[in-house]
Amino acid sequence: MAKTSTRDRMSNEINAGSMADIAFLLLIFFLVTTTIVEDKGITVKLPPWSEEEPDITKLKKRNVFSVLVNAQDQLLVRGEPTRVEELRERAKVFISNPYQDETMAEKPTKAIISLKNDRGTSYDAYLTVYNELKAAYSELWDELSQRKYGIPYSEDMPFAYKKAIREEIPFVLSEAEPTAFGEE
Amino acid sequence: MAKFAKKRGKSKPEVSTASLPDIIFMLLFFFMVVTVLRDAELMVKVSTPYASELTKLEEKSLVNYLYIGRPTQKYQSTYGTKPRLQLGDKFATISDIPLFLEKHKIKVPEARHGQITSSLRVDGEVTMGIVTDVKTQLRKSGQLKVNYSAKKDPNAKE
Repeated sequence: MAKTSTRDRMSNEINAGSMADIAFLLLIFFLVTTTIVEDKGITVKLPPWSEEEPDITKLKKRNVFSVLVNAQDQLLVRGEPTRVEELRERAKVFISNPYQDETMAEKPTKAIISLKNDRGTSYDAYLTVYNELKAAYSELWDELSQRKYGIPYSEDMPFAYKKAIREEIPFVLSEAEPTAFGEE
Repeated sequence: MAKFAKKRGKSKPEVSTASLPDIIFMLLFFFMVVTVLRDAELMVKVSTPYASELTKLEEKSLVNYLYIGRPTQKYQSTYGTKPRLQLGDKFATISDIPLFLEKHKIKVPEARHGQITSSLRVDGEVTMGIVTDVKTQLRKSGQLKVNYSAKKDPNAKE
């Protein structure tokens, strides 16, 4: 009897049975504190600051696609009230100008989108419009990429391809200083 | 009675739990890696709008966050309900932005200063007035890489 007891004392094994409990405890802690971040958004390159406003009146009228958003979140595209759902299609037609229309961009490289909003425009509406315009371009890039290289346009396609596409259809969006009619 | 006893004796219905700690550890490591401990308590309500043309922000250390929204219930008595700017963990004004950017910049190696992105986390209901002011200040401070934080619309068709 005494012999067994010594042997018991000598066996130096740690009881790993509680390991799972400890791990569980930690697991629950991390489960609770975790916020899986969805850090996504629309990346924009702002123009450097300059005192004077760029003058877009010098540009040919047919090359400018003006989009105005007022304080009631209504859209005026080239002088016509438009719904936001139509914006993407109109922008695409304007930029690519498939029928060589006299009133639309001479060629994609000359097309300029001019976006102007009010200080009272909701951010939601602004971002939706911005998103639609960006989507119009990315759809055009995609079509061009399919035609030229037979692959869809994506951020991780070969750099040379991407550059060629971006040179053919550059994304030019000019944002004017907003008006201040509807500031809350 | 005997029948029952016999059956129980024959089969051993014990599942080995030896691998349980391993499984739990695996999960644990996953969550440990994924977890980002929130460094700033949000004092403004931010519910970003939906969009489809999203890019992912890759490196968190190169990103600084500017929150714009209405103060939450708790702070409304002190700060009112007008949209406010939050930098780090406190309310700020537009003129605090340059210092905020500078403070973030010194934590980033100099070679990577050009890759710093400002993430604008703006509530959808906020009007463009304050957003424009922030944008103007960012441009004046030379911080031109901006990301308008947005969510993917769960109902959007692909």
